Amino acid sequence: MITLESITKRFATFEALKSIDLKVRDGEFLALLGPSGSGKTTLLRIIAGLAFPDAGRVRFEGEDVTHLAVAQRQVGFVFQHYALFKHMTVAENVGFGLSVRPRGQLPGKTEIRKRALELLDLVQLADLGNRYPGQLSGGQRQRVALARALAVEPKLLLLDEPFGALDAKVRKDLRRWLRTLHEQMGLTSIFVTHDQDEALELADRVAVMDHGVIEQVGTPDQIYMHPHSGFVSDFVGDTNSLPVDMVGGTATFHGQSIFTHIGALAEGAARLDFRPHDVTIADDSDGCLPIVVSAAYRKGGVWRVEGQLAGKAAPIEVDIDSGAPRPQPGQRLALKIERAQIFSRQAAA
Amino acid sequence: MASLAAPAAIEGQYLDFRSPLRWRRGRKAKRPRSIIPGFGLTMGFTLAWLSLIVLIPLSLIFLRSAGMGWEAFAQVAFSPRAIAAYRISFGTALAAALVNGVFGLIIAWVFTRYTFPGRRMFDALIDLPFALPTAVAGIALTAIYANNGWLGQYLEPLGITAAYNPIGITIALIFIGLPFIVRSVEPVLIDLNVEVEEAALSLGAQPWQVFAHVIFPAIMPALLTGFALALARGVGEYGSVIFIAGNMPFESEIAPLLIVTQLEQYNYDGATAIALVMLAISFAMLLFINVVQAWSRHRTGA
Repeated sequence: MITLESITKRFATFEALKSIDLKVRDGEFLALLGPSGSGKTTLLRIIAGLAFPDAGRVRFEGEDVTHLAVAQRQVGFVFQHYALFKHMTVAENVGFGLSVRPRGQLPGKTEIRKRALELLDLVQLADLGNRYPGQLSGGQRQRVALARALAVEPKLLLLDEPFGALDAKVRKDLRRWLRTLHEQMGLTSIFVTHDQDEALELADRVAVMDHGVIEQVGTPDQIYMHPHSGFVSDFVGDTNSLPVDMVGGTATFHGQSIFTHIGALAEGAARLDFRPHDVTIADDSDGCLPIVVSAAYRKGGVWRVEGQLAGKAAPIEVDIDSGAPRPQPGQRLALKIERAQIFSRQAAA
Repeated sequence: MASLAAPAAIEGQYLDFRSPLRWRRGRKAKRPRSIIPGFGLTMGFTLAWLSLIVLIPLSLIFLRSAGMGWEAFAQVAFSPRAIAAYRISFGTALAAALVNGVFGLIIAWVFTRYTFPGRRMFDALIDLPFALPTAVAGIALTAIYANNGWLGQYLEPLGITAAYNPIGITIALIFIGLPFIVRSVEPVLIDLNVEVEEAALSLGAQPWQVFAHVIFPAIMPALLTGFALALARGVGEYGSVIFIAGNMPFESEIAPLLIVTQLEQYNYDGATAIALVMLAISFAMLLFINVVQAWSRHRTGA
């Protein structure tokens, strides 16, 4: 169990982390998700021991490691740009962590080589041990970096935007492969990403960060279906958001009732968020949102429709079953919101 | 290569109206097409320039020496006095380059790794040995390191004579060679990826292991370049050395001075003979360093 207790970090006048509390369970795959500048990489570096907090504690299994250097923490760290040793072969890279062990624990040369080749086998690069990193593709380099981090048998694996420098196809393959690897090894892992798809696909739990605070921690499903704040709703997945007035459990937009909220919420100004797939097309009737189609294109199995809503500048994005004919620009559609999240107004954008 | 195997018919078409140029076309086709034009022109300039500035003057040394006959050549070039001068020249240049290699690296490290007040000014000072007339450097160094000089007076009681002997020569060559090391290593140190060091630390390496296994191999080629430049400069240095050397034959007489001595006696053949030997040794050393460098570059697989 990794425990972070009110971690605070400040760079000159910029407050990078504001009293972060977080628990990471054993064997868990946790994603730190957030836009750039949200503090997610800083937090990861503090967990690794590559940076140190101004206040707060980092505990591994209850033991306070706040002031331990990275070398003493037994963590594996994988960098976005691989950070391989260019002048060493792939096998030497992987074996590096073993070859720098102190005299008493230093394995023999053949032992190190054997272990390195085993790990290269694990990352499916068994044939490339004698190559140099410069001769490998990006995806291969990242797998070497992973094997190198695993060679020292870390208690915790930390990955900083591990797929950030790779192209889409390689990224997807490597993602799937990493998930399988994690399932096999069960090593507690934390990875940083700004890509919500990546976080939702890979992680057991996601911590969404913004401006140095954790907005929400939860399973990908919780994060997507029940965002706690407007920011999370906005950042994870596509979202339409409308300024509404709550009157007796009903959300009204420009005087028109558009969504009947089940459950109690404070009266007054609020923000209503709904996903593109949370709507159905209705016959022109009450309780609907009338939009004028400005564009429609195929997005996988649905039509993604961009429409203008009177009284709102940003276009509304909705998905419509592609069994129906493609909506034409200028066409009017009446949308019925089936599912929505309501946030109090101070969080509204 | 594919274009070489072009069907004969196409080759024939060209033949019809360009037959006198056919051999040229064949040759052109061998070269992979570059998107940057001007290979012919720039290569021509390069060859002409190298010939005028380097090859022709140097080959004159060979020609002149060849005209001497072996006996006369050996008598001057391998006289005991000349051999002592080579030893002093190359020995001091090597010692100075080695000293510079260590301290130049430290200086470059400090300038690139840390910020401190006056860093830019110190950094600018490094280039002064490039700009200063060498004679000025020589006189200044002599004044400081002579037995009654500023620093020399403290060294003398310790039994160290720092002027008018090979130590003095080495001091002058250290002064002259320092910028070569610092300026070669600095850009590489700046470009060094911090993440690579962090990766090594996270794998449990001690700081000295990070330096020895990660940083040093990365800056090694640049350090070698700087070392070769400092060495070459040291071997050829004349102006700053003659003031501090004392110029005693067999003890502190450098080979360039011996050449000047020969010239003053209008013994041009003797001067070229010594020059030829120096040239040969220098070339062999630089070639060796280049080979080492090529080998270490090859290892990185770049």
